[in-house]
Amino acid sequence: MNKVVRKEFFSENVVCLEVEAPRIAKARRAGHFVIVRVDKKGERIPLTISSADVDKGTITLVVQRVGVTSKKLTDLEPGECVADLVGPLGQATDVKKVGTVLACGGGVGVAPLLPIVEAFKKAGNKVVSVLAARTKDLIILEKQIREYSDDVLIMTDDGSYGEKGLITEGMEKVIAREKIDEAVIIGPAIMMKFAAEVTRKHGIPSIASLNTIMVDGTGMCGACRVTVDGKTKFVCVDGPEFDAHKVDFDEMLLRLNGYKDFEKNAYERYNRMQQ
Amino acid sequence: TSIERVKMPEADPSERRRSFMEVNRGLTSEAAMTEASRCLDCPTPTCIEGCPVGINIPKFIKNIERGEFLEAARVLKETSSLPAVCGRVCPQEKQCEANCFYTRKLKKPAVAIGYLERFAADYERETGNISIPKKAASKNKKIACIGSGPAGLSFAGEMAKRGYDVTVFEALHEIGGVLKYGIPEFRLPNNIVDVEIESLKKLGVKFETNFIVGKTATIEELKQEGFEGFFVGSGAGLPRFMGIPGENLVGILSSNEYLTRVNLMEANKEDSDTPILKGKRVAVIGGGNTAMDSVRTALRLGAEKAMIIYRRSEEEMPARVEEIKHAKEEGVEFLTLQNPIEYLGDNKGYVRQIRVQRMKLGEPDASGRRRPIPVEGDEYLLDVDTVVVSVGVAPNPLIPQSMPDLKTTSWRTLEVDQESLQTSVPFMFAGGDIVRGGATVILAMGDGRKAANAMDQQLSKNLESSVKE
Ligand SMILES: Cc1cc2nc3c(=O)[nH]c(=O)nc-3n(C[C@H](O)[C@H](O)[C@H](O)COP(=O)(O)OP(=O)(O)OC[C@H]3O[C@@H](n4cnc5c(N)ncnc54)[C@H](O)[C@@H]3O)c2cc1C
Ligand SMILES: Cc1cc2nc3c(=O)[nH]c(=O)nc-3n(C[C@H](O)[C@H](O)[C@H](O)COP(=O)(O)OP(=O)(O)OC[C@H]3O[C@@H](n4cnc5c(N)ncnc54)[C@H](O)[C@@H]3O)c2cc1C
Ligand code: SF4
Ligand code: SF4
Ligand code: FES
Repeated sequence: MNKVVRKEFFSENVVCLEVEAPRIAKARRAGHFVIVRVDKKGERIPLTISSADVDKGTITLVVQRVGVTSKKLTDLEPGECVADLVGPLGQATDVKKVGTVLACGGGVGVAPLLPIVEAFKKAGNKVVSVLAARTKDLIILEKQIREYSDDVLIMTDDGSYGEKGLITEGMEKVIAREKIDEAVIIGPAIMMKFAAEVTRKHGIPSIASLNTIMVDGTGMCGACRVTVDGKTKFVCVDGPEFDAHKVDFDEMLLRLNGYKDFEKNAYERYNRMQQ
Repeated sequence: TSIERVKMPEADPSERRRSFMEVNRGLTSEAAMTEASRCLDCPTPTCIEGCPVGINIPKFIKNIERGEFLEAARVLKETSSLPAVCGRVCPQEKQCEANCFYTRKLKKPAVAIGYLERFAADYERETGNISIPKKAASKNKKIACIGSGPAGLSFAGEMAKRGYDVTVFEALHEIGGVLKYGIPEFRLPNNIVDVEIESLKKLGVKFETNFIVGKTATIEELKQEGFEGFFVGSGAGLPRFMGIPGENLVGILSSNEYLTRVNLMEANKEDSDTPILKGKRVAVIGGGNTAMDSVRTALRLGAEKAMIIYRRSEEEMPARVEEIKHAKEEGVEFLTLQNPIEYLGDNKGYVRQIRVQRMKLGEPDASGRRRPIPVEGDEYLLDVDTVVVSVGVAPNPLIPQSMPDLKTTSWRTLEVDQESLQTSVPFMFAGGDIVRGGATVILAMGDGRKAANAMDQQLSKNLESSVKE
């Protein structure tokens, strides 16, 4: 049982939760994630560790409401507990000094991007961040990203904040302006697919952090498998970060929809029960 | 010797194929006593040679014959920590019962050792007369056990009895390893495992779930926290795939994923948040226990057609004979001497067909089984909507990855001394599937006991020498 100690709404559907987990706070590195089970009937879902406070023994999760589990989790109030929390999982980001890093975050993908931006900055890199979302309210963690970035570009689909346009347009702009040595791309699968095309075109080495469906998160089930460079990889133990130019995003997109009907029905049922 | 071997009362196939109720219903006291009277109490009981842990079989059986059921259970527990489990899942026909005087010399059905073992253990549990073993005085030494499968549980119990302060670390949120997440309720109800866990807790064993040794904390950190001895029972939990085209289509999953969703996450129940694919035409690839468990689970989730696809013939199937029999009674179709070579999907990425290659048997291979070879050009397409791949498992790499000093074999299992089960790191012992690859519950359990014995000797010796200094 891990207690929620703080809760903050970043937007209507994006919630930041600070949760007690002293051992994980100590062991985690940028790129790691946890698996959470909210209650005894709950599903196990993966969430990136956005930040940690070793002294307080807490980790911070930024959760977007998309279905039953993320809803139940974001409905918890400080003082309440999640049934299970395990981690840190996955391989940590390979943080090196490379020169200039282009950090691209779409939607809630900015949450997992934050610790990576921080780590690259602390390793002595110049960091340029491009944050993108559909509309102003969905841009999250801007202040924290700014703290570790030399420059930040904001893109919204509807032009309600920053510049109007897709993340790929923002990326093109930065790439035209300066030499980029490495790109980090995190967001919805479809966004990562197109962002990877941009960096591929310009020959920029890129990593993407994949958000496949998971069950155990320890390499035991294979639910999270993706094809990278023609080989099957398990995102939970081999990843979650891979060479963005070698990931088969089309296959990943299909696999993400594997339980869609079930999830939609479950969410509708859950919402009805809440009313 | 004129009495016939007892028959296990079973739930009716037409009823049980859609329900998770336990299939084998257990023997009555009368039936158990009659069966026990078949045992000849041989002067040299060869049956014991067939039991990997050497249970004193005639002794427990003769207690049943006399109606001393609790005493029978006590005899079992002298050597086995999980008799209610082993009585249900041991491949008895290859072990104890294969070596019974009846089978070997009389060419008659063996004494039903497994059924009787289950009977005695169930009797003890159901009457609430579970004996908690005596505990030695506290040794004030902290021991870590990594993994809570049968290897870990038996190790923990043995060490606790000897007075050690044992903590079991388990990566998942439930204790029991494969007994919980793998073997389904209709074969091994979870509450039977839970009772064993309760007994261990009463013995003073501590459990930490959601704790991945090597990730949540390293071995080094645990040593600094005062743990002096380590046992690795982390199992062979990694699923293998075949690497054939289309294997990543939606609707193709490993048996581990399929069984975990149902057994651990209870996805078969209405109120669970975890989804499961309830396929109508389900093909399970493989011929082991895991394949049988998966295909019978598919039936229980409502499959109209549940099929086993196995590349050799039924004779070579590694699954227990009873499992194959039960599967057939329930209506599972066996497509033997066939092998999938490609999966075909629709435009949404869902699997729709398997390209199946027919096979024939060639010369025996290293395992002694006749090797399957493709019949060139003999292929066909099979319609399916769900495929469960059950072609074996690989050792869990978490511990070896986190400890570079730990020697592994070319099979990626841990290298141990055959006698003591000590690894290349002196304070670490290991047993069960992480050492053997996919093996059996009873072997894992036996390893746990053996390692406890060796670790106790090592630690006691250290203690003596430190007293002398
Ligand atoms: C390594 C990793 C790190 C992650 N980190 C975060 C994070 O920091 N914050 C966060 O909000 N989410 C994160 N995710 C995604 C998160 O796990 C899913 O949003 C969550 O599982 C959804 O569960 P649910 O029951 O609420 O929704 P469901 O009912 O399961 O799904 C609702 C909808 O979301 C889609 N969906 C399901 N799973 C995913 C997924 N993994 N990615 C994208 N869409 C999905 C479904 O197709 C469906 O349409 C991460 C995923 C991975 C693998
Ligand atoms: C579906 C299925 C059916 C089977 N049927 C039979 C049968 O009928 N009869 C039979 O005899 N055998 C059967 N087997 C085989 C038998 O279950 C195994 O041989 C046995 O469980 C191995 O025990 P173990 O203790 O070595 O490992 P496991 O039971 O695999 O337990 C290992 C545990 O360690 C945990 N773990 C791993 N790494 C870590 C870590 N770093 N930190 C903390 N915890 C960790 C895992 O989560 C797991 O719970 C079956 C197996 C399966 C999968
Ligand atoms: S533990 Fe298994 S092999 Fe040994 S006697 Fe019991 S059923 Fe037979
Ligand atoms: S070999 Fe068979 S008959 Fe003889 S003691 Fe063992 S179980 Fe009894
Ligand atoms: S989530 Fe099960 S193997 Fe990755």
